[in-house]
Amino acid sequence: MASYSTNEFKRGLKVMLDGDPAAIVENEFVKPGKGQAFNRVKIRNLKTGRVIERTFKSGDSIEAADVVDTEMQYLYNDGEQWHFMHPESFEQVGADESAVRDSKQWLKEQDMCTVTLWNGAPIAVLPPNHVTLTVTETDPGIRGDTATGGTKPAILETGAVVQVPLFIEIGDVLKVDTRNGEYISRAKE
Amino acid sequence: MAGDDWRPTAAFAQLRERARILAGIRAFFVARGLLEVETPYLSAAGTTDPQIESFATEYTGPGAARGCRLFLHTSPEFPMKRLVAAGSGPIFQLARVFRNGEAGRRHNPEFTLLEWYRPGFDLDALMEEVAALVQAMLGERPVRKVSYQEAFVQSLGIEPHRATAAELRSAAAAAGLGEVPGLEGRDDWLSLLLTHVIEPGFPADTLTFLYDYPASQAALARVRLGDPPLAERFELYVGSVELANGFHELADAAEQERRFAAEREARRRDGQVDVSTDERLLAALAAGLPDCCGVALGIDRLVMLALGVDSIDQVLAFPFERA
Repeated sequence: MASYSTNEFKRGLKVMLDGDPAAIVENEFVKPGKGQAFNRVKIRNLKTGRVIERTFKSGDSIEAADVVDTEMQYLYNDGEQWHFMHPESFEQVGADESAVRDSKQWLKEQDMCTVTLWNGAPIAVLPPNHVTLTVTETDPGIRGDTATGGTKPAILETGAVVQVPLFIEIGDVLKVDTRNGEYISRAKE
Repeated sequence: MAGDDWRPTAAFAQLRERARILAGIRAFFVARGLLEVETPYLSAAGTTDPQIESFATEYTGPGAARGCRLFLHTSPEFPMKRLVAAGSGPIFQLARVFRNGEAGRRHNPEFTLLEWYRPGFDLDALMEEVAALVQAMLGERPVRKVSYQEAFVQSLGIEPHRATAAELRSAAAAAGLGEVPGLEGRDDWLSLLLTHVIEPGFPADTLTFLYDYPASQAALARVRLGDPPLAERFELYVGSVELANGFHELADAAEQERRFAAEREARRRDGQVDVSTDERLLAALAAGLPDCCGVALGIDRLVMLALGVDSIDQVLAFPFERA
């Protein structure tokens, strides 16, 4: 089994921690002039997203995690799983709710997403930074009101709720930033 | 980085501060009557301390036609004690030293160590002189002394000289440190608690002298008999940065030889490189080392503290990645 020694520790390194894949966020070498050396790391559990601190004896090794980020196209949701396809190999994978927890409200069929695979199975999905989605529900628009700066909630085709300007109407197509959930503009079409 | 890594990582203002401190240290010791000395960086013997790894190299030439192994020193301690035993009186040295495997925010595999020896001083007198030097370089700062035992009791409620490894392990868990795979010995658990819990709690900008170490961590210090026996050793921290380590120097050649043998045995058990015992140091101790105290102080960290920077790269022209 592949493993990494503490001397290989650096930000981004993927390792196994308590049975889960994890990524090193920060690595610090700690050594008293006389005494045992340690590597003190901050490490992110890639399944839960939680960052914890751990300490290892310098020179020890820990198991590597087979984790890769892949660009894949979102296909559909069958009620249980969210399905993605590799655009060149056409290979498909199904992601569970836990992998799309934070991203499912932005997933639109045919959009390209970053899928994190652990031993070939998806554990996390990152939507594109910007998505284009249609408004399915919102209060009637106030025509021409582009100046007052007021906002109202709008429900989009994927179920996401975003604050939009008052002039937006049902059926409008919007560009939204998935990193902060903010409205950017009306899309041209 | 490609194309740019010929440049220094320290700004010139930082290198000027480094030069100012080096000059200040020399002036401080000359004013106090210490002799500046230089001792070999390369030596057939090295430190046997299992926690310190030496670099080794080879010399071939006149005097060693078939080649001989030489270690780069990890501290100038042994030859400086030989000078003291030979009657040098008080001496100091600013030396580049080399330690394999040590690199990080506060470590570079080669760094500058200030070391000085004071015949006739006790540890209290030496701590006073260390504080005077550091304050001369960094400005006035509060000074406090805490015994190793008090530090553990105050911050963890645990008695470090008597607690079992299992008790130290649960103290670590209670302090929020998870399991550390493979950590077993009492001294390793004490090191963990000291570096991860106690040191970070030391008051900022204050000089903290930690003294009366466990006898098992005496290194080259005398052990004062008692219950428990205690090592006549101190460490200085500025804030939570470990800066200096001082000893009431062990002068008993037989005891020194036993410690060297025990350390070599520990190295052998763990499959580490064997390092020859320094027979000339043992001979010097046998001839008679005057009662003395000595201390080693990390210059790079002192410059970091003077500048308020938190990475050793900022005070080195070229850290090892650019050496």
